[in-house]
Order: sequence, then structure tokens, then C-alpha cells
Amino acid sequence: MTFMAEFRDAFFEESAEHVAAVEQGLLALDSGAADSEQMNAIFRAAHSVKGLAATLGFPEIAAFTHDMESVLDRLRSGTLAVTPKLGQLLLRANDTLKALLAAAQAGQGSEVDTAEVTGELRAALGAPTTEAETVVAPQSTPAAGAPRTYAIRLLPKRQLFASGQDPMLIVRELTELGHDVSVVCDTTRLPAIDALDPDLCHLIWVVKVTTTASRDEIANVFLFAEDECEHSVRDVTDDPSRAGVAAHAPPLKTPGSDGKPVAAEAASIRVPTDKIDALVDLVGELVISQAMVNQIASDFDMGRLGELQEALASLDRSTRDLQERVMSVRMLPVATVFNRFPRLVRDVSNTLGKKVRLEMQGAETELDKGMIERIGDPLTHLVRNAIDHGLETPADRIAAGKGDTGTVTLRAAHEGGSVVIDVADDGRGLNTKRIREKAEANGLIRPDEVLSDDEINALIFAPGFSTAAQVSDLSGRGVGMDVVKRNVEGMSGSVTLTSTEGKGSRVRIRLPLTLAILDGLIVSVGGASYVLPLLSVVESLRPTPRDVRNILGSGEVLVLRGESLPFVRLHAVFGHDVAITEPSRGIIVIAETDGRRFGLLVDDVLGQQQVVIKNLEANYRKLDGVMGATILGDGRVSLICDVQELFRWTTTRREAAEQLLAAVSTSGEEFA
Amino acid sequence: MAKTALVVDDSTTMREMVSYSLKEAGFDTLTAGDGQQALDVLQGKSVDLIISDLNMPVMDGITFIKQARQRDELKGVPILMLTTESQAGMKEQGKAAGATGWLVKPFNPEMLLKVIAKVVP
Repeated sequence: MTFMAEFRDAFFEESAEHVAAVEQGLLALDSGAADSEQMNAIFRAAHSVKGLAATLGFPEIAAFTHDMESVLDRLRSGTLAVTPKLGQLLLRANDTLKALLAAAQAGQGSEVDTAEVTGELRAALGAPTTEAETVVAPQSTPAAGAPRTYAIRLLPKRQLFASGQDPMLIVRELTELGHDVSVVCDTTRLPAIDALDPDLCHLIWVVKVTTTASRDEIANVFLFAEDECEHSVRDVTDDPSRAGVAAHAPPLKTPGSDGKPVAAEAASIRVPTDKIDALVDLVGELVISQAMVNQIASDFDMGRLGELQEALASLDRSTRDLQERVMSVRMLPVATVFNRFPRLVRDVSNTLGKKVRLEMQGAETELDKGMIERIGDPLTHLVRNAIDHGLETPADRIAAGKGDTGTVTLRAAHEGGSVVIDVADDGRGLNTKRIREKAEANGLIRPDEVLSDDEINALIFAPGFSTAAQVSDLSGRGVGMDVVKRNVEGMSGSVTLTSTEGKGSRVRIRLPLTLAILDGLIVSVGGASYVLPLLSVVESLRPTPRDVRNILGSGEVLVLRGESLPFVRLHAVFGHDVAITEPSRGIIVIAETDGRRFGLLVDDVLGQQQVVIKNLEANYRKLDGVMGATILGDGRVSLICDVQELFRWTTTRREAAEQLLAAVSTSGEEFA
Repeated sequence: MAKTALVVDDSTTMREMVSYSLKEAGFDTLTAGDGQQALDVLQGKSVDLIISDLNMPVMDGITFIKQARQRDELKGVPILMLTTESQAGMKEQGKAAGATGWLVKPFNPEMLLKVIAKVVP
């Protein structure tokens, strides 16, 4: 059914919003903060889902929502009191609705058991309600039997027009009931022309029609006009004067619903109209700029160079604007993710017996839709962690001289070209000593390794690390901090952790604004150009010959302000024969990944530029040390380096060297 | 010239579904998310049909219909309310406010066209 297919996606998208709104509203209700308008909003949300579901042919969802709506309606009108128990029930019902929607979207019918919640909802209403009246069958009872002739008299009230009625439409509908139609207009009520009020109806009609339609069907014609138009129906079949024949009104054309193509199952995005309008405007400007350039180029001499430069500048500006606006179409507020947390925090804190207040800031910050979808799980894990491991029990908090209620803060903000999302708590902070013990026990670090507190804390992101003293109900769900980190890095983002013992900790996720564009540092190696993600670049410098040393076990290192950093020769990684191999003649770019810094030897740094990331795997195959490719302004293809993988290049080499070292059992000798 | 209809509903999908059906029937459509928006949209515009939901935020359908009928250019325009079977009593309220007729949800395009034929020439 095309109509359904057309709106299926929109239905699920909007319903998800309504479900979220109901949840938020119910939570506000729970904390006693809901007013009657909020109550109304909750009701409306459920009501909308019901109407849509029924219209689009999801009777199960419509029936279930009907029960929810009934309870909400009673709450709204005040005939049912708000109790915590009822709040819980409605939250459960909302969860069931969510499951129903998910099942329907996945194309599974009655996988979800609604009986229990439905039963409780009906019990809350006080009486076993009958089945919901969701699908109204069109009442068409074809009247059989011989046709009868009726004389139907329409006596409209003078104010008929005020309600938007058109008596001619009623007359026409009557004439279409059958054949042998005659219409007589009675003008006796019509006043003289100077006394005539054109806003009033003065005419009376008599329609004679021979039809098989029943009296009910005739009455149905007056459905909307019952109060505004008196009418009488007289059976004149046996009346000899019935032979009046008038012209048939032309039959109403029935617009065909020509088969629209079935909407594909593609993910859709809802874009505010003003964003699209802005795009259209910009495209207009772009076309004008382009026309200007064309016009100058068609008749160019050096005297017009200034004009050309100006036109190009305007083209440049329009293109950049357009790029930004098109990107913004993919942007959604992080609120779409944040909104799930009030419920989560409430549930988790109830389970753990902790008192938690959730603060959310910057929920309006916009992020690429793709990332919005992928950031939910990592954030959920972090928030859960903050409550489970970060916050103390009320008793512990009071003993530590804090208030008994802990605070978890979710904060999103723009910072430069990236979006930063913080998950912070004011709990006990990380126990650096215990992390170190654990990491040593797990063999992640050697007992004699010298690490700063931050470096130790960062170890909780290492694969296979868990700090929970005992496995709680909430931890051990299969998503560790290492997965959080991997997910974030999969989006070209980074995770950092700061913690103060006794004061709390904060995990900061930094994400690029979009996955499609990257701020890059363009470098040249052996005549080719490569792009390094600017986000990972710390600085670049030309070392003196003395800064570069060869340390056994660590390979080549760069000594920078007293610190030895490993470095990688990009020309060796990418196999360029003709390149600068002497570090003091090239440039070393210092990059940072996972909180560790290392150098990349390149021939030269060419500049900074925004580049569009093209997927290399889709077009060629996965290459080590490369995350994608781009096309530079001069039309050449340039590879985008994967800094994280390049760092592994240094460590694998170092590890190989270390093994060699262990074999010959010498240590720490330095070669100039 | 194509006739123009205004669809007022706080549910985007419902709005789009009604608009879609109207477009199939040859109407140009305008949309609004609540009564106040609808009044704003109608400012200085004439339409041939208004279809409005009743329960909406900011300004509900009944208030909207009452206010619309105050405007000279909207006095004779057919206004259909979008109601559900469970909203008994709303039809009467709507009629009293000046609505021309009603459309019962769940609706389908055929039903919508039948009802429109009752009120739009």
C-alpha cells in the first residue's frame, strides 16, 4: 500500500520522539515538577502515536496506546491521582510501546507481550475496559430493493455560510444518489436587492431523485449540516408528478492515486525548512558567482585581473558557505542522545541505592547524525560507570564531608572545530594506586615502569581492564572502557580522563564536527603529498642533528625539551626512494595519540586545509597507516594518514627491538 | 488555479499524510503545527479549505476555529476538524466554534476525499 509505505519511516521517527517526550514528561511528573500543560503534552504525545498507528495500519500499537492514552486522559482531567506506582506503570507501558514500535519497524508482528501492562493499565482505570475502538470500518450498507423516488426539501438557516457550508454541494450530493433528478429552487425568502445581505442564505431547494439509497444514506448527506440546514424527505414514488427530469450534475472526478514508488528503507533525516531555504539561497548565489567568472573568462585580458580575483573570492565564499550549510543539514542536537539519561540515571541510582542528580548542559550543541547514533552507547556506559564506580553511597559521601546527593554532569560544547562531550561526577575519583596494582597484575605494565598519574589513569581504557572491586549488577555488561575508547576513536575522536582523588573524575570525549570533512596538515614526502589530521598534530619542527639519537631498544628518537620521543620515517612507511632521509634537513611533525606523542619525519609542511574524506576501502582496499584519501585543490589524490596506526609502527618496532634486547641481555646503552 | 488547503496538526507525520492526500487531489497545501501558527500562516492569505486537529499545544483547534471565524476572509471557508472516535463531545464543541465538518482518525485518502467533496466545490 503506497500511502503506508510513504509514511512508514516518518511514523517511526516521529513516534520515537513522542515516546521520548512521554518518558521525559513522566519523569518530570515523578519529581513533582509537572504542571497541567506538561500533563497535556504527555497525553498529546500518546494520542498522536495512536492516531498515526491506526491510520498507518498498526492496530496493535494503536490498541495499546489507546489504553495508555485513557489513563493519561484521566490523569490530565484530574479524575485519577498521580501516584509513584502509576508513574512506574506508565513508564513500563512507555517501554512496551517502544518495544512494539521497534518490533513493527523491524517487521516483526506480535513479538511483544502487551497483555500484562495492558491489564494493569485497565485495572488502573478501575474497570475492565472493552477492546479499543481503533479501526472504524466504513459503514456502507448497500440498500437493496427497488429504487424509490424522494422529494427532499432543504431549508437552510440563514447563517449557513458562516460555518463554511455550501448548500450547492449538498444539492449535488443528493443528485448523485440516483437518477431522474430534478432540482427546484424556491426564491420566496429572497429579499429585495437593497436589503440583501450576501453573507446570508435565502434560498430553499427541493431535490427530486429516484434512488436505491436508504433514508439513512440520504440523512448522511446532511451529516455536517444537520444543525444548519433543516430538511425533510418525502417518498413520492407513487406520486404521478414525479416525471420531472433535470440535467445531471457532472459526476465528481475521483482523483486517481497513481502508484507512487515504494519508499526505500533508507535512513531519513528531518530537516527544518529554514535550513533548506538557506541552501536554496546559497545555490542561487553560487550560480551568480559562477556566471560572473564565466563572463570575465570569456573576454579576459590582464586589465580585468582584479575583477576576476574578486569574482573568484565571491565564488570561494559561496562554496564555503554552501559546504557548511550542507553539513549542517546532517547536524542534530545532542539532546536527542542526552534525553535518554534522566531515565537511565534514575533507574541505575535506584538499583544501587545512591542519590544522584543529573545535570545536562549544552544539549542544543549539534553533531553529525551518524555520530549521534554512535555516541549513545559509549555515553551510556560512561554515565553508568560514573554512578556505579564514581559516586559513593550516601553514607560514604556524608563521611567524606559531601552532601548525600552526588552529581553527574553531561556537558556538550563546541571547541574550535570539534565538539566536546564531558561526563563528570563529583564522586571519589580514581584510585590511582589500585589501578596501578591491577595493571601490574594484568601484565599491562611492568612493576618498574615510571608513569605519571594521568598515564596510569589512562590505563583503564586498555583492553581487558576492570576496576570494579566486585562485579556489580551493572558492570560486566560487555562494554568496557576500552570499547568506549574504540568507538570514539572509530569516529576520529579522542577520549581523555582527568581525575582528582576524593573530588571526582571527568571523561572528555572530543569529536570532529563531521565524519566527512577533516582539518588536515598537508605534508610532502618524496614528491607526494599526504594529509595528517590536524586534531592529532601538536607541533612541527626542524631538528638539529644533535636532537636525533639512536637508542638501542627504542630505535631512533627525537630529544625534544629533554623528552625522548620515538619517530617514524614516513618515506619508509610509504616506500618513497627519493626523499629527505636526514632528519635535520626535513621536518618532524609531533603527533599525539592515546595521550602519547611521537614524531613523523616528512620532507616539508605545505599548509593547512580542510579536506573531504573519501573512503579508500570502498574504492580500493584497506592500507596500513592510511585512513582514507582526498583530492587536493590541484586535482591530485592524497592519502590521509592514520596517526594511531602509525604510532603502532613505532611500538611494534620497539617491541621487536626489545625482544632482541632481552635475547642478548644488554640494556639501556646509548649510541650518539 | 489550484485550490489551497491549510493543514493544522502538531504531529508532523499526520500533517504530511493529510497534505499528501490533498496534493493527490490537486490541492496546494500549507501547514501549521498549532492554532497560533495557523493564524499566522493565514495572515493575508486566502485558502479554500482548512483541516485542523483539535488537541494541540499553544493554541488548540477549538480556539483556532473560533478565532478564524472572526476574520472576514475566513468566514465562509470550510473548516474540517480532525477528531478520533474517542473524542466524543468534541464534534459538538467544534461545530459550535464554527467548524464545517469533521474527519475521523484513522483516516485514509479515499475517506478524506469523500469528506472534502462534501464541503469544497
